[in-house]
Amino acid sequence: MSKIKIEAENLKLFYGDFQALKNINLTMKEKEVTALIGLSGCGKSTFLRCLNRMNDIIPNCHVEGKLTFEGEDIYHPDCDVVALRKKVGMVFQAPNPFPKTVYENVAYAPKLHGTKDRASLDEIVETSLKQAALWDEVKDRLHKPALGLSGGQQQRLCIARALAIKPEVLLMDEPTSALDPISTLKIEELIRELKQHYTIIIVTHNMQQAARVSDRTAFFLVGDLVEVDDTEVIFTNPKDQRTEDYITGRFG
Amino acid sequence: MSSNQDNVAFSSNQENAEEPGDKQKKLLKNSSRRRKAWDIFEKLSEGVLFVSAFLGVITVILIFLFLFKEAVPLFLDPLSAPTLTAKNWYPISNPHIFGLWPLIAGSLIVTFGAILISVPLGIGAAIYLSMVASPKVREILKPTIEVLAGIPSVVLGFFGLVVLAPWIKDFFGLSTGLTALTGSITLALMALPTITSISEDAISSVPRKYMEASLSMGATRWQAIVTVIVPAALSGITASVMLGIGRAIGETMTVLMVTGNAAIIPGTMLEPVRTMTATIAAEMGEVARGSEHYHALFVVGVVLFLMTFAVNYIADLVSRRMKEVE
Ligand SMILES: Nc1ncnc2c1ncn2[C@@H]1O[C@H](COP(=O)(O)OP(=O)(O)OP(=O)(O)O)[C@@H](O)[C@H]1O
Ligand SMILES: [Mg+2]
Repeated sequence: MSKIKIEAENLKLFYGDFQALKNINLTMKEKEVTALIGLSGCGKSTFLRCLNRMNDIIPNCHVEGKLTFEGEDIYHPDCDVVALRKKVGMVFQAPNPFPKTVYENVAYAPKLHGTKDRASLDEIVETSLKQAALWDEVKDRLHKPALGLSGGQQQRLCIARALAIKPEVLLMDEPTSALDPISTLKIEELIRELKQHYTIIIVTHNMQQAARVSDRTAFFLVGDLVEVDDTEVIFTNPKDQRTEDYITGRFG
Repeated sequence: MSSNQDNVAFSSNQENAEEPGDKQKKLLKNSSRRRKAWDIFEKLSEGVLFVSAFLGVITVILIFLFLFKEAVPLFLDPLSAPTLTAKNWYPISNPHIFGLWPLIAGSLIVTFGAILISVPLGIGAAIYLSMVASPKVREILKPTIEVLAGIPSVVLGFFGLVVLAPWIKDFFGLSTGLTALTGSITLALMALPTITSISEDAISSVPRKYMEASLSMGATRWQAIVTVIVPAALSGITASVMLGIGRAIGETMTVLMVTGNAAIIPGTMLEPVRTMTATIAAEMGEVARGSEHYHALFVVGVVLFLMTFAVNYIADLVSRRMKEVE
């Protein structure tokens, strides 16, 4: 049994008066893929954004309960958010490459964190793009604007950009929602590969995808965590009737 | 949402109730007539827009030709033409010396001084307003700054003359406070609101997602602002600087009032200078039409025109190059 990487205890989140997360208890283990599934608006992205404290920048948003990263409380006032975010990379729900070149996008974080020398930057850019299954498509246009890429290419660029900081945990919010089946398979392949070194938490609306790539699956329903278990159990023998309804598409 | 849908369903039901076939025909006819009207309208507006763009270009060309026509006699004058490159501007001495350098130097030093002061301050203020200030502070400051942009230049000149010049005189222990620096500061005050306000718009309209992406990779807020937000707003910021400085370069009244109007090549910012615009404004009224001096002032005008044109052209090139990356 591998060690616990991230643990949420009685986690509650409020956007002003609106409670978006109600008492979430969830542990994510090292080198495991956890899939978050559930209806649109149930709080999957919100939960994901707690894990690298991206909700900090939303005004009136506040968090209660406890969230630990390797045993350290990340909502403790002394927590170094910058250090946390270097370890917890994120791919957002909507592709958000910078209005810079492809190269500058991927090299952004390494440069920010002090890698200056050109050769190592080149190397990081190439490996990250290869990992994200984008290298072949962009190797001849590395110095062209990233916003000229297609939506799916932009999404893979964002994956490459997140990989370039060499995080320990990777948060992926519907990373394949804008991708064709081939690229989707490539990204799933990537997730299985990355799993050997990284802890991955992925939000997906695609049940097959959750079944294919994840070890554990958590089912959310309007701010509640209904059920979390090994993916196999969730998909073959869920304990909660609502989970069964959702995965069999009989919900609502 | 759902009540909206109900409404739609309700009204379409009602329409269907009234002889549906007839209604459909009417709609078809109507729409094709309407389309024709639109077509004509589109053609017309295209034409109007083309003519106005064309008139704009023609006007500029005509103005330049006029300037040039009035300047040419001086170039052809064997006595006066060689003096254009002299170091002095003595238009009413005998013989005349129409050295342009002091005027060009005066314009450049005052303008560059104004740029050096107003650009960093303006961009800094814009960053503060859009990224740091609380919404309340912004709501008060932004309109205030925009009002400042509308202050007539003669008022600023008055301020420079009465308040700023004595300060500068005392501070640096000079014999006169009417210096290039005084001109630069007053011009900077004039350009500042434009630069701040337009840069603030540019920075505020950078999508939030860039900030999020940058923060999520472990950037601090300031790093995100410097490495992503400001670069993303750069074409807007450049435009603001061009507009602000454009106003300053062509400005006459202020510099006429506060720079001391000595047509000498300045050694430092603390000496009086005379800009091209101030020269034209001050001397054009007294000059005999058709005299060498008259034509010399048009030469100054041509130089000013060409310099302004060059600045705008370069700025356009730069901002276009920046746009390419976006
Ligand atoms: N910034 C915000 N301010 C206020 N409410 C918000 C904010 N962001 C999200 N919410 C609300 O919180 C709830 C959960 O949103 P969240 O984005 O986490 O859903 P989701 O599960 O990711 O949905 P989807 O599958 O559509 O991405 C929703 O009801 C949403 O309206
Ligand atoms: Mg979401």
